[in-house]
Amino acid sequence: MVIPSSLKNCFRLFYVLKISAAGFKYTANRGLILQSISSDVFQNLAVEDWIHDNMNLENRQVLFLWRNSPTVVIGRHQNPWQECNLKIMRKNNIKLARRRSGGGTVYHDLGNINFTFFTSKKKYERMENLKLVVRALKGLRPQLHVCATDRYDLLLDGNFKISGTAAKLGRTVAYHHCTLLCSADKINLSSVLKSPYKGIKSNATPSMPALVKNLFEEDPTLTCEMVMDAVAAEYARCHQIDHHITLINPADETVFPGIHNKNKELQTWEWIYGKTPKFSISTCFNMMYEQSLLEAEVDIHVKHGRIEVCNIVLPEQWLPPAMCNELEKNLIGSKFCPSETTALASTLLRICPQNYELHSKWSLLCENVMTLM
Amino acid sequence: SVKINTLHCTCKLTIFFLQICVHHIRPCSSVRFIKSKYISIFDKSAFKFSHQHTSFRTSAISNGQIVQFKLSDIGEGITEVTVKEWYVKEGDSVSQFDSICEVQSDKASVTITSRYDGIIRKLYYNLDEIAYVGKPLVDIETDALKDVASEEDVVETPAVSHEEHTHQEIKGHKTLATPAVRRLAMENNIKLSEVVGTGKDNRILKEDILNYLAKQTGAILPPSPKPEIIPPLPKSETVPAAAKDRGTKIPIPISKPIVFAGKDKTEAVTGFHKAMVKTMTAALKIPHFGYCDEIDLTQLVQLREELKPLAQVRGVKLSFMPFFIKAASLGLLHYPILNASVDENCQNITYKASHNIGVAMDTEQGLTVPNVKNVQVCSVFEIASELNRLLTLGSAGQLGTNDLTGGTFTLSNIGTIGGTYAKPVILPPEVAIGALGKIQVLPRFNGNGEVFKAQIMNVSWSADHRIIDGATMARFSNLWKSYLENPASMLLDLK
Repeated sequence: MVIPSSLKNCFRLFYVLKISAAGFKYTANRGLILQSISSDVFQNLAVEDWIHDNMNLENRQVLFLWRNSPTVVIGRHQNPWQECNLKIMRKNNIKLARRRSGGGTVYHDLGNINFTFFTSKKKYERMENLKLVVRALKGLRPQLHVCATDRYDLLLDGNFKISGTAAKLGRTVAYHHCTLLCSADKINLSSVLKSPYKGIKSNATPSMPALVKNLFEEDPTLTCEMVMDAVAAEYARCHQIDHHITLINPADETVFPGIHNKNKELQTWEWIYGKTPKFSISTCFNMMYEQSLLEAEVDIHVKHGRIEVCNIVLPEQWLPPAMCNELEKNLIGSKFCPSETTALASTLLRICPQNYELHSKWSLLCENVMTLM
Repeated sequence: SVKINTLHCTCKLTIFFLQICVHHIRPCSSVRFIKSKYISIFDKSAFKFSHQHTSFRTSAISNGQIVQFKLSDIGEGITEVTVKEWYVKEGDSVSQFDSICEVQSDKASVTITSRYDGIIRKLYYNLDEIAYVGKPLVDIETDALKDVASEEDVVETPAVSHEEHTHQEIKGHKTLATPAVRRLAMENNIKLSEVVGTGKDNRILKEDILNYLAKQTGAILPPSPKPEIIPPLPKSETVPAAAKDRGTKIPIPISKPIVFAGKDKTEAVTGFHKAMVKTMTAALKIPHFGYCDEIDLTQLVQLREELKPLAQVRGVKLSFMPFFIKAASLGLLHYPILNASVDENCQNITYKASHNIGVAMDTEQGLTVPNVKNVQVCSVFEIASELNRLLTLGSAGQLGTNDLTGGTFTLSNIGTIGGTYAKPVILPPEVAIGALGKIQVLPRFNGNGEVFKAQIMNVSWSADHRIIDGATMARFSNLWKSYLENPASMLLDLK
C-alpha cells in the first residue's frame, strides 16, 4: 500500500487499527503511541474517554502523550472550592476541568507532560508503567535520581514530587495516567492550588500538597519533546512495537466519531461543578458599611453544585428580615456560582422597595456571599 | 474462581427449584419445554426464549429472581474501595452493561457496570462507605438467569452509544449489528454469523433474529414494536386492478401505531430563572401600551463607517448602540417622565437624575441587562468604551452587582438576532423600554419622489400607561428619531 507522505504522521486511526498489512503497520495491532496536537484540556480528556469507550484493548496497548495550556485539573471525586483558587483562575483565564479518573488536583501547562497508559483491565499495572518512565528518564540522563514511591508518585532526589498518578477502570478497559513536571510555571502552580475558601466541610477526596520541582531545574538541557520521545522509545521497546508516534487531532470527528459530544460533556457546568460531592460551608465574614464593621454568619449546604440549604445571620435589623429571607429562599436551588448569584440578586432588587440604603446594603451582602463561591 | 461460581450458582438454583413456591413472584402458568409451540401472551420476555435451556431455566423465565451482584476483583490486589457515587437507586431498572456506581481506591476511579438486566432491589452501601471486593454490592431482580456469566464473556463488545453500530469480527466474517440486536442474539445463544442480515450492508436487524428464532421454534412471534411507515396505496393502480382482477385481493395495510419512546422531563425553576419569574410577574402588573415607528438610518450608517476606524485606533469597537443610547439620553432630557420610577401603589413618582441606560444582552444565563451609568454626561465614545467593557464581562459571566443594578431606562437590540417589531416588557422599577429591530435595506421615496436605497430600522416602545400617555411617548420617539436620522443635529444639543 502506497502511503502518501502527508499521511505519514497523521494516519486515520481506523487504517492503523483494522488493516493488518505488512510492514510497520503490523505492530500497530499490538501497540500504539499517540500524541495530541491540541493543547485544549477538554479535547484531550475527550480523547481518553473515546479510547476508553471505543477501542478494543484485549490484545493491544496504547500510550497517549498530551500537554495542555494552563489548566487546573481536579480528580473525579474532588471539590474545586477545596482544591484551588477559583477567583485567581477566573481572573487569569486558567481553565478548570474535572477528569474521570480519581486522585488529586494538578496544575497543567505546556511544561507539564501527561502520559496515559491504556490497557485491558487485566493488564492494568501502574507500577510497571512508572518504572517504564523512570527507565526512560535514566536512559536520557543517567545522573537523574528519580524513583517511584508506593503512592505511585515519582520523586526527584528523594524529596521533590515530579509526577502524580491517577487511574480509571471501566468494564473492560483501564487507563493509568500520570503527569511529569519538566518546565512548568511553579509560581502559577502554587498560587492556583491554594484554596482561599474557609469553613468547608466535605468528604471529597483531598489532595496531598507536596514540594515540587521541574526536571528542567535539575538539567536545563532537557525539553518536553526530549522527555516525551524518550518515554515513547522505552514504551516501544517494552512492547516490541515500532518507535513511531502517531499525531492525532482530537477535533477530527471522522477519526474519532462521537468525540465532539464527549468534549461538550466535559465542559458542562453539571460535570465540572455539579459532580462535586455534597459539602457545606460554615463561616463568617466582615462587612464595612458606612464606617462601621458588621459581622455576618453564613451556613450553606451544596449538593450537585446547587445550594440546598442557606442560612444567613445578620446583625439585627440591619436588613429587613423579609429581604434576608427572600435572598435565602431564592438561593436555594440556585447554582453555587458567583455569576448566577449576581444575576439572581440583581434581578430580585427590581422588585424590592426602591430605597438607596436598602439597595446598597443588599448589594454589599450579596457581594460578600459571592466571595464564598 | 469460575468453577466456584458455577457450583455456587448451581446450588442456589437447586434450592430455588425446590422452593418454587417461595421464590415465585408470579404463578407459572405453564411449564415450557424445548421447542414449545406456545408462548404465553403475558410473558414480555418471549423474545428471550432460548431453545437450548434446561428445565430449571424455563421456570425461571416468567419469575424475577433476586441475584446478589458482588463487587468483582479490581486488580492490583485491592480488597476494599470507597463508594463515591450511585448511578441507580432501589427500584430502578438496569440493562446489562449499564453503570451502577463509581467507587474509588487509591487514586483509581472504577465504574462498576451491571452484569444483568433487571431491577435494583437493594443497595448495600451508602455514599463514602467502604465496600469490599467479593461481597455483595447490590441485589438485582432479574428475569432470565443466564449461564454463569464469567468475566470473559462478550468482551469484544465495548460499551458504545446506542447510535453507533459496532463491527464484530466472527471467524473473519464481519457482521454488523447494533448492541441491542447483539444482546438479543446472545441471550438466545444465536451465532450472528448464522443469521442472514437484511439491513443495509447486510446489517442484522432485530427482525432477522426473530425470523431465525421463528424458524427454530416454529413459534408465532408477536409483531415487532418498531415503528413502520406504511406507504399509501397508489390510487391509479386500484381502479384498473378492480376492473381487471376482481378475484385479486388488495392488501389492506395494517396500521401499526407509531411508537415514540421519548419521555417528558420536569425540573424545578430555580436560581436566576426563579428571580425572573418574580420580576416578570411584577412587570405584567404594569399596564403597558406600545408605540412603534420606523427610522431611516442611512446617514447614521455612513457616519459610523467614518468613525469606526477612529474608535478602533483608541482600542474601542464602535457599534450603533452608543448612538442609540446617547440619542435616548438627549430625548430623556426633554421628557424626564420616561426616566422615572413609581412606588408600589403608584402614589409617588421619582424623576431620576441619572440616565442609567440598560442594554439587554443575551448571555449563557439568558437575559442580562447591565447599564451604562450617567449617559447624560458621557460622550458617544465613552459610551462605546463602557459597552465594550460590559459586553466582555457579560460573555465571561463576570458582571458585577453594580453593573446590573440602578438602571432607569432600557434599550433592547433584539435586531442583532433578528426581527422587526417587538412588544418588549418593561423592567421594573423602570417605566419605559425600547426594542430595536434589525436594519434592513428597503426602497423608500425621497423628497423628489425618487426611489432610493434606505437603511431602515424599526423601533417598538412600551411604556407604563399609568403615568405616561401616548402623546409623550410619540414626541419622545420623534425626537429620538430625528437625532438618529440627522446625526448632525445631535451636535447642537450635545452636553
